[in-house]
Amino acid sequence: MTDLTPAAAAFPGARRPDRQRFVDSHGVTIAVHEWGDETAPPLLLAHGGMDFARTFDVFAPLVAAGGFRVVSWDHRGHGDSSHAALYSWEADLRDAVAVFDSIGPTAVPVVAHSKGGSLMLQLADALPHRVSHLVNLDGLPSRRSFPDVSDHQRTKLMAQELTNWLDHRRTLVDARRKPGTIDELACRRARMNPRLSMEWLRYLVTAGAREDDDGWRWKIDPTIRFGGFGPWRPEWSMMRLPDVGVPVLAVLGTEPDPMGWGTLPDDVLSHLPAGGRLVSIEGAGHFLHIEQPEAVAELVLEHVA
Amino acid sequence: MSPATVMLQHNRIRLALHELRRGEGRPLLHLHGLAERSPSGVPRQLEAWSGAVWALDLSGHGASSVAPGAGYFCEVLMADVDAAIGHLGPVTIYGRGLGAYVGLLMAGGRGDAVRGAILTDGPGLAGGGPMPPSPAIATRVDPPPPGGTPDPWAIYELTRDPRPPDYAATFARQAAVHSGLDTAIAVVGVNRPPWLEAVVAEPGVIECGLDEALALFNP
Repeated sequence: MTDLTPAAAAFPGARRPDRQRFVDSHGVTIAVHEWGDETAPPLLLAHGGMDFARTFDVFAPLVAAGGFRVVSWDHRGHGDSSHAALYSWEADLRDAVAVFDSIGPTAVPVVAHSKGGSLMLQLADALPHRVSHLVNLDGLPSRRSFPDVSDHQRTKLMAQELTNWLDHRRTLVDARRKPGTIDELACRRARMNPRLSMEWLRYLVTAGAREDDDGWRWKIDPTIRFGGFGPWRPEWSMMRLPDVGVPVLAVLGTEPDPMGWGTLPDDVLSHLPAGGRLVSIEGAGHFLHIEQPEAVAELVLEHVA
Repeated sequence: MSPATVMLQHNRIRLALHELRRGEGRPLLHLHGLAERSPSGVPRQLEAWSGAVWALDLSGHGASSVAPGAGYFCEVLMADVDAAIGHLGPVTIYGRGLGAYVGLLMAGGRGDAVRGAILTDGPGLAGGGPMPPSPAIATRVDPPPPGGTPDPWAIYELTRDPRPPDYAATFARQAAVHSGLDTAIAVVGVNRPPWLEAVVAEPGVIECGLDEALALFNP
């Protein structure tokens, strides 16, 4: 369990999960966190890349108060889930199914943010009998806009990216994350999440990092690297959206955010399935549920009612 | 295990790199196909290579370890090969099937260290095709064979990975640009899945017989 220091563990409205348990996914241990009445109907929350379930510590209790057993999980290598030998999209999907299986065979509402949104969109496409409603929080990547450069220049840029990635792979054995104080870790996170308050980021450190003898370290597997390359195309996620046959709510913020996809309302509207709904939240960035948890929770509860 | 096998560590995977034949000069590195393992000796068709011949068991194959919970994809297998290159120095690659695609990626990823890649037929050449396959999430596969490899999850995942032709062509282009070789890739097989059709259309890629390819890259 997370070692919380009393001074840093408080944030207005935040509540630690009411229960934590673990499920096995083909040899990888997945940490599952739950808020709300254990006998209430379940609702799943999926976090984004480089995040962890306890980033829902404010949002999840609001949804639970609407009468749900809110269930979330740490993706492999994130939060309290075990570090794996390999990480892939397909493996994340299988891990998600293990969590679904742990709450039963019936279809459940799913709310998913960022990378989790794309994962759950694919899961809803592949296993429509497991999802009753889908809420996607800025998790619909649109076609990547490449800079206007020549083929030659683009080849050079990709070569650098590849070299950096291969060099990174050569350094992974026994890699550890850099230790620091709670404030130092919060400041590092702020570089990725500049719209989030330092007070929240400090709280996140106490949930998503552990305290070693030489300082705090994020729990996320140090071998996981932000960004990268591969054959995946953003439009491969978006093309699944029209397939979804359950009620869909897509939510976007209006503010640009370095962690966001840069997806515009028109990108989504053209792919919404019949009956789907798109809502833009004024003044919010990529982390809609953290910046405006009450507004997003209200939308979710209205959608799944 | 043969005394000529070197175990390398790639993150949390142990890789078996087999020395099939000692020799001077740049080695030929054999990459097997999907669900195969490295040969125990120099295959007859590669005897014309004048120098050392090595073979790598990719993750989840042969004497290399499996990844609990799986998550195999071709780019991480490319990094397996990079670990081998870190041990051997510059190599010429001979890749079969899956190993051909991984060899292409490696030729593009380390143009300075891959002095020619020979791509040929073998299991797993096509992968999952140019686009993601129909949606499906498998939660079970057959039990592994005695010894644990090939990992059934590796077989499942590496037959579904998308291989867009323009993505593959980018690696061929990089191999041509960064190797400085007039010919960076020789395609000697018969089959041409879409990714390989795109590769053979790139400058610096030739289609020829295996003996010609071996002679071309022999140091």
